[in-house]
Amino acid sequence: MHLAYPAVLSALLFCTGLYGVLARRNAILVLMSVELMLNAVNLNLVAFDVWLSRAAQETLHSGQALTLFTIAIAAAEIGIGLAIVLAVYRNRGTSDIDKLRDTAEGPETGGPDSSEAEKAEATA
Amino acid sequence: MTTTALAALVPLLPFLGAAAGLLLGRTAPGFVRPLAVLPPLASLVLAALVAVRQGGGQAVDAHTELTPTGSVPIELALHIDGFAALVAILVAFVATCVQIYSTGYLRDDPRYPSYAALVSLFTSAMLLVVYSGDLIVLLVGWEVMGICSYFLVGHYWETPEARAASLKAFLVTKLGDVPFLIGLFALATDAGSFRVTRVLGAVASGDLHHPTLIALLLLAGVAGKSAQFPLHTWLPDAMAGPTPVSALIHAATMVAAGVYFIARLLPVFEASSAAMVVLAVMAAVTMTGSGLAALAQDDIKRVLAYSTIGQLGYMTGALAVGDRGAAVFHLLSHGAFKALLFLAAGVIIHAAGTNSLAAMSRMRGLRDRVPDAYWTMTVALLALAAIPPFSGFFSKESVLGAAEHVVTGSTDHAPGAAGWIVLVAGLFTALLTAAYATRLWLLAFRGRGAEAPDHGRQPLTMTVVLWVLAVPSLAFGGLAYRSLPGWFDGRDLTPTLLTSILSTGLALVGGLLAYGAWQRTSALSARVPAAPAPSFEWERLQGEAAAHPEGDASLVEAHALAGHGPAYRDLVRTADPGRLLLGPLYRPAAAGFHLDAVYAALFVRPVQAAASLVRFLDSAVVDTYVRGAAALPRLLGAAVRRAQTGNVQTYVSALLAGTVVLAVAVVLVAAGA
Repeated sequence: MHLAYPAVLSALLFCTGLYGVLARRNAILVLMSVELMLNAVNLNLVAFDVWLSRAAQETLHSGQALTLFTIAIAAAEIGIGLAIVLAVYRNRGTSDIDKLRDTAEGPETGGPDSSEAEKAEATA
Repeated sequence: MTTTALAALVPLLPFLGAAAGLLLGRTAPGFVRPLAVLPPLASLVLAALVAVRQGGGQAVDAHTELTPTGSVPIELALHIDGFAALVAILVAFVATCVQIYSTGYLRDDPRYPSYAALVSLFTSAMLLVVYSGDLIVLLVGWEVMGICSYFLVGHYWETPEARAASLKAFLVTKLGDVPFLIGLFALATDAGSFRVTRVLGAVASGDLHHPTLIALLLLAGVAGKSAQFPLHTWLPDAMAGPTPVSALIHAATMVAAGVYFIARLLPVFEASSAAMVVLAVMAAVTMTGSGLAALAQDDIKRVLAYSTIGQLGYMTGALAVGDRGAAVFHLLSHGAFKALLFLAAGVIIHAAGTNSLAAMSRMRGLRDRVPDAYWTMTVALLALAAIPPFSGFFSKESVLGAAEHVVTGSTDHAPGAAGWIVLVAGLFTALLTAAYATRLWLLAFRGRGAEAPDHGRQPLTMTVVLWVLAVPSLAFGGLAYRSLPGWFDGRDLTPTLLTSILSTGLALVGGLLAYGAWQRTSALSARVPAAPAPSFEWERLQGEAAAHPEGDASLVEAHALAGHGPAYRDLVRTADPGRLLLGPLYRPAAAGFHLDAVYAALFVRPVQAAASLVRFLDSAVVDTYVRGAAALPRLLGAAVRRAQTGNVQTYVSALLAGTVVLAVAVVLVAAGA
């Protein structure tokens, strides 16, 4: 299989994810878009590992091993992210990113819920 | 143990007692009294032992250098001659008496532990000054005394008078201490050492290049510490402290230090006749001025304070005529009777519930309430007025005799002018001293009017101390004047006939004048019923004092202190023989010749004006630059703050844009290369 197919596919996936992160308002959809971007990178890692290891005599397949790490960490990360979104939703009654603006510069900066907003931002 | 080790223990024991008292005061209150009384007592025993071993012969010298300290070495040195040995006994004796008395006087005081520890520290510092053979070590004791007097004078810090008095005592003595320090450095630079023995050796061999300058600088520090004109103003105000502290400051420590210092370094002063004349003028002004002021004071403790200033004037006068034996003799006898005067005054204030003499003169039978204080105070006042055979007579005669020696030209230690100044002022002061002593006695014990309030019996610790101190006040001078020259320079201290007759006659005249004036004023006030009745304020004060019949003596004193102002205003118009004797001088004398007002105009107000100028420069000029420097960063910060919208997606978009720009740049650079 030519390298171009998985590369193009992963580029498409990445762009879809990027669009989702930048444009969607729902925090869960933003998280899903982040996952799409991660998986695009995973696909790239596997594809290029296979392409590189064709020429080599001995290889550790470090690209594929790294993919496994990324999947494991992404699972943990999405768990925490969803938990935070859930907490924010229970606190605010909304998970709309546009309305979580506690870190904005202004007369009323900081509040009792600013810590959750910061965490949500970190996840996003 | 060697004499050196014993002597080192003398200042060390009260110091350790003070440290232990400060550490244990809160946790183990039972130890506070033993820790207060025993160390000075042990020091007294050791000081007596040191004196016996030294015996007035060859001075005991010991020194050790802990560490090299640069050009002029500073050593831990002892120099114990006859002067040091005897003065140390006086210091330890008075300190022991004061500590014993304080256990009764301040028995209910919540701050007694820290008070007792500070008194011990005070004693230790004075003993260090007395024994030290190194001028810098002496200076350490000198300054420790300054800070101790600050704390002790401010013991009743709840009252504004005590706070002001403690600050004043500290600042005025410091004003003298700065020139004193410079003088010590100049002296050591000329002599090449801080050791007393080397300095005296350098003076003897004529190595001192600027004797007048050094002597005058040192004199400033002595004037501050020994309360000589013009730096004496702190001493009358220091009466805001508890009475035992006044006794300690006036009799043994602090004010004695200055006189003792000159006595120790007298050859340095003798090297400059100008300094001796300045010393004589200072002594004369101090003596006569304080005598006049004492005659017009209403507060019993202020009378005694001015009398201390006057007696210190005698001592500096003796030094001005080059006889340090006479000066230290008067220091010793004065220490005994002045401690007695103050401690007895404390008992009287406790019994009368006031420290105003005018208020006491309206009380009948005060002497029957406090018979111990009455008899011992009589003894002490007779000693103060230098009536033979009390101890004050012999020591004062030795001073006047020394002045007469100089006047008749039989010594070449001092300029003749100094002798005349001291002799004339001394004789005039003898008259004044007798007059104010008589006035004090008559007003306090011969009052007419309502029955004195009954405050119950005085604690035994207080009355016993009075009798213990009465013994040296009565007999020390007569017994000692023959043997003392062996301890001192060997100069004869026997009273000379002419000055004895003159000064005793003048003292009798002064006493009789005061008595006559008292007779007349009391007859007048008895005939004129329009004498102002005790006002409401005064009644309230009496009521308050009577409300604590079993109360702690210091409590009564604090009350009296707080109520003295109004009571004084109301009662100042009552019969006062001082008013009749002084005539138009009465009002300025009562205010200490307005010296405080002069100082306020000359020093306090310019300093305050300068301070407000500095404050203006700081807030209006310096701060403008600071605020201006901050304006630009604040402006830039405001611009950057705009970007913080709080929308995460905006941030990520900016991140993406930045990444793209960087990537394109890298690609372009790579292509270009």
